[in-house]
Amino acid sequence: MLAAILSRLLRMVVVMFGISVITFLIFFATPSSDPAARIAGKNAAQETIEAVRKDFGLDRPLYVQYGLMMQRLFISQDLTSFANRGQKIIPTVMAAAPATLSLVSGAAVLWMLGGILTGITAAAFRGRWPDKILMGLSMMAVAMPVFWVGEMVNLVTQNRLHDTWAFSWVPALGYTPFSQDPGLWFRSMVFPWLTLAFLYIGLYGRMLRTGIIETYQEDFIRTARAKGLTGRKVLLKHATRSAIIPIVIMFGMDFGVLVGGAAVLTEVVFGINGVGRLTYQALKVLDLPMIMATVLYASFFVVIANAVVDLLCLLIDPRMRRA
Amino acid sequence: MLIVVATLLAPVYAKHVAGTDPFRSGLSAKIKIDGKPTPVMQQSTEGLGLGVTPIGPTWGPQYMLGADGQGRDVAARMLYGGRNSLLIAGASTLICLFCAAIIGIAAGYSGGMVDGVLSNLIDMIWAFPVYLLAISLSIVMIGKSFALGPFEISSGSLIVPILIIGLVYVPYVARPIRGRVMAINQSEFVMAARGLGIRRWKILLRHILPNVSTTLIVFAPMLMALNIVTESSLSFLSVGVQPPNASWGTILQDGQTLLYSRPWVSLAPGLAIMVTVLLLNLFGDVLRDVLDPKSARGR
Amino acid sequence: MKEPAEMTAPILKIEDLSVAFLGARNSWNRVIEGLSFDIRPGETVALVGESGSGKSVTSLSVMGLLDPATSKVEGRIQLAGHEVLNLDEAGKIRHIRGQAAAMIFQEPMTSLHPIYRVGDQITEALTSHRDLPKAEARKQAIALLERVRIPNAARRMEDYPHAFSGGMRQRVMIAMALASRPKLLIADEPTTALDVTVQGEILDLLKDIQAEYGMAMLFITHDMGVVAEMADRTVVMLRGRTVEQGPTAEIFAHPREPYTKALLASVPVLGSMKGKPAPLRFPLVDMKTGVAGEALPLQSSPDLSKPILEVRNLVTRFDVRGGLLNRRVARVHAVENVSFRIFPGETLSLVGESGCGKSTTGKSIIRLTDHATGSVAMAGDELFTLRPEALRLKRREIQMIPQDPLASMNPRMTVGDALVEPFTEHRMGTVPQAREKAARLMEQVGLTRDMLERYPHEFSGGQRQRVCIARALMLDPKLIIADESVSALDVSVKAQVVNLLLDIQDRLGIAFLFISHDIAVVERVSHRIAVMYMGEIVEIGPRAEILERPRHAYTRQLIGAVTVPDPGRRHLRRNQQIKELKTPIRPLDFRPPARHYEEVAPGHLVMVEA
Repeated sequence: MLAAILSRLLRMVVVMFGISVITFLIFFATPSSDPAARIAGKNAAQETIEAVRKDFGLDRPLYVQYGLMMQRLFISQDLTSFANRGQKIIPTVMAAAPATLSLVSGAAVLWMLGGILTGITAAAFRGRWPDKILMGLSMMAVAMPVFWVGEMVNLVTQNRLHDTWAFSWVPALGYTPFSQDPGLWFRSMVFPWLTLAFLYIGLYGRMLRTGIIETYQEDFIRTARAKGLTGRKVLLKHATRSAIIPIVIMFGMDFGVLVGGAAVLTEVVFGINGVGRLTYQALKVLDLPMIMATVLYASFFVVIANAVVDLLCLLIDPRMRRA
Repeated sequence: MLIVVATLLAPVYAKHVAGTDPFRSGLSAKIKIDGKPTPVMQQSTEGLGLGVTPIGPTWGPQYMLGADGQGRDVAARMLYGGRNSLLIAGASTLICLFCAAIIGIAAGYSGGMVDGVLSNLIDMIWAFPVYLLAISLSIVMIGKSFALGPFEISSGSLIVPILIIGLVYVPYVARPIRGRVMAINQSEFVMAARGLGIRRWKILLRHILPNVSTTLIVFAPMLMALNIVTESSLSFLSVGVQPPNASWGTILQDGQTLLYSRPWVSLAPGLAIMVTVLLLNLFGDVLRDVLDPKSARGR
Repeated sequence: MKEPAEMTAPILKIEDLSVAFLGARNSWNRVIEGLSFDIRPGETVALVGESGSGKSVTSLSVMGLLDPATSKVEGRIQLAGHEVLNLDEAGKIRHIRGQAAAMIFQEPMTSLHPIYRVGDQITEALTSHRDLPKAEARKQAIALLERVRIPNAARRMEDYPHAFSGGMRQRVMIAMALASRPKLLIADEPTTALDVTVQGEILDLLKDIQAEYGMAMLFITHDMGVVAEMADRTVVMLRGRTVEQGPTAEIFAHPREPYTKALLASVPVLGSMKGKPAPLRFPLVDMKTGVAGEALPLQSSPDLSKPILEVRNLVTRFDVRGGLLNRRVARVHAVENVSFRIFPGETLSLVGESGCGKSTTGKSIIRLTDHATGSVAMAGDELFTLRPEALRLKRREIQMIPQDPLASMNPRMTVGDALVEPFTEHRMGTVPQAREKAARLMEQVGLTRDMLERYPHEFSGGQRQRVCIARALMLDPKLIIADESVSALDVSVKAQVVNLLLDIQDRLGIAFLFISHDIAVVERVSHRIAVMYMGEIVEIGPRAEILERPRHAYTRQLIGAVTVPDPGRRHLRRNQQIKELKTPIRPLDFRPPARHYEEVAPGHLVMVEA
């Protein structure tokens, strides 16, 4: 068992190492990218570029640069930004993390509740109007780009209807830490949560509905009905319980990816200074140390989510426990 | 049905219906409304009265949906932008399916070492969040023009977003295809073909490929829908289609600053994306029901 | 056992039942028409018929389990004083399902919920209609598990279904059905998916429980042997209509309708071949007059001068991987040190229960599995050392007829293309020659040449198997491996396909390796029989020797478990001890013991038990 855990951990480290190498290569070894030229700015003189190259250590062999960066990131932990010289990377990322975590966890609660409710309701009313309405809405939710939904929400709540009774309580865009003012934190997060959750409610609702309806074809559902169980018990206890397993798996992956920074679009639209936005800004100015740190941060959560999902599956599905 | 086709095709005949050149900025242009010449960029009446605001929707042939921050006709840009959006989404779908099919079939059919290497590579890229990968690639590639084999690709070319969007989803498509190929390879009829002494490549060509192709076809519309959203997201973050070229995503980006004063600049492309994606997904559902009746039995 | 009480009122009374399903383009397809029968308390009635006869639909109608949106049920179903068709869903739940009637199904593997503990599933059946304290429900559930003779009942309550074998799961299903002490137990093909020895145990159990609980039983099956053993009365069904009904003994002794006669004539009966030296075809019954034709024996005899196939020390082992890391945790010794020979024109049968390695043996011989070692000589050439291209060409001489013909044909290829492809791949001639040969073979297997343009799904099950036979014959093979080739077919179709195989053997002198679990069919077609158990051959020899003078304990058990369509054997009990079926999954360091065989009669070898 210990060997199993160790080997699993090793695999996780290998994946993260691979990702760091891919990231590094994308920015240092693709033919068109010369980080020194980027940092020096457009139309910089050749001498300036050379000076920058030397200054940032970009003239050394690639593996040395990579090793140095990793050493400063993980061991001495004093890696600093290329763009804002002197800005330490690790504290910056850590400062951005709570905002993303607030956004994603709040939305996750909403979308799990909403998605499961949508899926079960639609499956229960299969083919009738509640099903049709819910599925229509879900399809729309999946079809709309999340940042556009955010913009439209802002248009209504921040501008057009902001001065009416309905939305006057919505604070201006931006993130207020929970420790500073819990009330304001909550009010500022309501619409970002709803916006982000909307898409996933659509996705999960559709998937759960299909899963439940497929489960109804199974022999064990027939057994449950032949036992004389009520329709509600068959639906909730027997059909939903099996159909929800893939949803849990998907939830783990989505949650990990989002906490790692994939909520970038929502963060940008709502002006939340989270990890996603930090990554995006670092990418825009080609702040390599920051990119490296944030990408590794993101992949860390993906890898963790993967492991947690595997563990969860063992817990909820006894069939996986064999052997 | 007619509406569907018209909507999907509108961007294709854009040139013939658009009233105004969508790419020339018209900061000092004037158009006639109710007989009176009206400047496209109007003095702002709000606040301190400084600066200019582009004209709002006229609902006429010119500037039907108003102008953007540079005085360009949004309606005309919508049509041209739509053409680019569909072109990018379509081309990247083809690239993605092609690459995924090759990788998935290679991994699934050869097994062993090839499968081990490819699968692990897929898993690794899988752990790399798609948006981060796409943004990273875009930032590196749109900076400068570069040579791809014999082709010189300029920085503003549409090929860049096509390639990027086409490539980032390859692992997500290749993995299920690999699974499908492996399942077919283990199926009774492939066993039977081997027992009959059919050559390996012929089994691949005549027995496995035709049965994988449905999976690929079913993937296509859904992937294209996903690609449209991805393109708009990248362009919205200004790492997709580069100005002066337009796409629904770039219009959305232009509209961001005008959101409160001229919402139509954002509203129109968003609605266009929604309708297109909706139609593609519906089409995908229908296609799946027809080609893959087994998965449709739950409906 | 109690005598059926003629005087008491029936517990189930079905009158003029008709069921129609909603088909394509909103048309209603009748699947049952004018069905009437009744069952008295304590009585067992069997519904027999081939696939599509509507017997399962009948049982679902009684339980009210058909989807009202896609089915139309008319007539009367009276169950324990309730008019089933007049009850609404809530009424059916309150009075019928799990109350007056309970049901067990064909597939014990999929009929239990995979992610709930077995104990919880039984407790749920106990508490769904009654208020029971938790501890009391648990006690009753354990009692039920003990009643169906599951060893260590209290401990096994905590196990999940996947930890049970097929037979044990069917016992759990029975326990669950008994939870409500139903007046009627509906058993829908309850033993079809089980091995013969397990089938015997389950049938015994059902008889015991029926005697104890005094409940009526509706027994649905296609197997005439099971009918004879279980039923007081029998209803024969064909395409939704009743053909004939009456006391079981009467039906078996004096069938009136031609269909019943044909059905009974097609049933292979173990022991009917005593004193007959050669394999025997099934007699064909004229469907109009009901007169049975003569059963023709095989004309040709095996050429015993030189074996066509010689298998020596064949071993096939698979690794079992599992755990979080997908490591090797155990090894399946699927085939362990198997040796035998087959002569031209001879049929050797491999018999045994599921998981005994008989199918793997077949696949290993033609190298369709990796991991096989040993030696297989086909007409003098050693297959295991052949290079891929040489092996491909050699495969021409050995062909397979699969169990599931639909799955073994590419759904996107016409039957014609599927027949032509192997012929041209082996450069046996031009495409027109191939098509000509395909057309000729189609006619030889009882189909027509215009069927070459059709796709596999356009054929019936029996026709598809004929196509597969034709495909195998395209390559003029010397040996055909028939892996459960007739097992999935309906009785009458099975008889026809067996006859076809014997015709082919007569005409072409082909040798057969006949792999089957159905010993009655094996008796019909074999010259010699090999019995496999846990990957090894425990006994091999001439057909009469093995079946009439079995020496190995397992062979005896296997033969003793076979049901015989003779109502006279109704009150027999096998009294076998209950055992979980062993599997050949072994730890990684397992070394198979050396085996020795004793020749007890000429050609009859028995493994010496250690």
